[in-house]
Amino acid sequence: MSRRPVRLLAALGLVLLAVSGWRAFTLLPGFGSVPHPYGARAVDATFQHATANAVMSVTLDQRAFDTLGEEIILLGSAIGTVLLLRRMRAEEEESGAQHTYGPEEVFESLRLTGYVLLPVTVLVGLYIVVHGHLSPGGGFQGGVVLATALHLSYLAGDYRTLERLRPLPAFDVAESLGAAAYLSVGLGGLVAGSALLQNVLPQGRLGDLLSAGTVPVLNVAIGVEVASAFVLILAKFLEQALLVREHDVPGDGGSGDGGEG
Amino acid sequence: MSDWTIAVLLAAVAVMAPVVVLTREPSRQALVLSAYGVLLGVLMVALDAPDVALSQIGVGVAVVPLVVVLAIAACNREVERHRRDRENRS
Repeated sequence: MSRRPVRLLAALGLVLLAVSGWRAFTLLPGFGSVPHPYGARAVDATFQHATANAVMSVTLDQRAFDTLGEEIILLGSAIGTVLLLRRMRAEEEESGAQHTYGPEEVFESLRLTGYVLLPVTVLVGLYIVVHGHLSPGGGFQGGVVLATALHLSYLAGDYRTLERLRPLPAFDVAESLGAAAYLSVGLGGLVAGSALLQNVLPQGRLGDLLSAGTVPVLNVAIGVEVASAFVLILAKFLEQALLVREHDVPGDGGSGDGGEG
Repeated sequence: MSDWTIAVLLAAVAVMAPVVVLTREPSRQALVLSAYGVLLGVLMVALDAPDVALSQIGVGVAVVPLVVVLAIAACNREVERHRRDRENRS
């Protein structure tokens, strides 16, 4: 198709979209007005299960099966990344020590900030994971904070420390264990005579650390899994960007510096 | 939060989105995307959705721009190397 009919068609589509969108938006209830019937029931069920965070209750208690699907997605994407970015025969890997920068190359304040913030951020991440059922946050958010906390050592200029902090086989295993733990807790619901992922643990009192039954347990499982998945993905990308080189093909006429990027 | 806060933040988001798109250099665009992610996080907090805001800031501000910048660095390095190999050969 030449350009002019395509543009006319696009303009027609945009006009139709605008008209129907305007009509749809004016028929919606007002912003922040009457609560949705599903929302009212969801909040009721939240308080029946002594969970202080309604979002966490919906995610891990009422719709826990959907979260299981999301976990599998993250697991699959981490496995796919590790598989696709594995070292091929035509590639070689530099040592991480070449990307460790000392005091003369990195600002002192940057290094100090990185080293001081790392344990603080890990602690904040653990807090977000464990208190998911009480305050905003949860397994996914805390897991991302934990994963990125480790990389503060890389930002401080020390790739070698980052390599030591994240032994990849351990995180491989941790990721699978996290996903398996989630499913095991779900199967516990079946064993207890109820449905899959049913909240069968004692609910406790609203606002306690040990309340809401299975929600904190699932939170921890998701936290482990998400942190490990993100560490794996970032590790593979960092390796590709920093360390992996292609072997020099013999007969190249000798690229002088041996393939250094 | 008050309606004016939400309206101002929505307008800021609407203004910044074309800015992200119109930043052409990919590595720069990743950083602008990161800043846009912070603005979106603030909007989500204003709309009383702190869980979503945490996810947005964790993933959209930290992880996605980092992955994009690393991918661009890896590609550029290979392109540079092949170009230098060809120059050395010729």
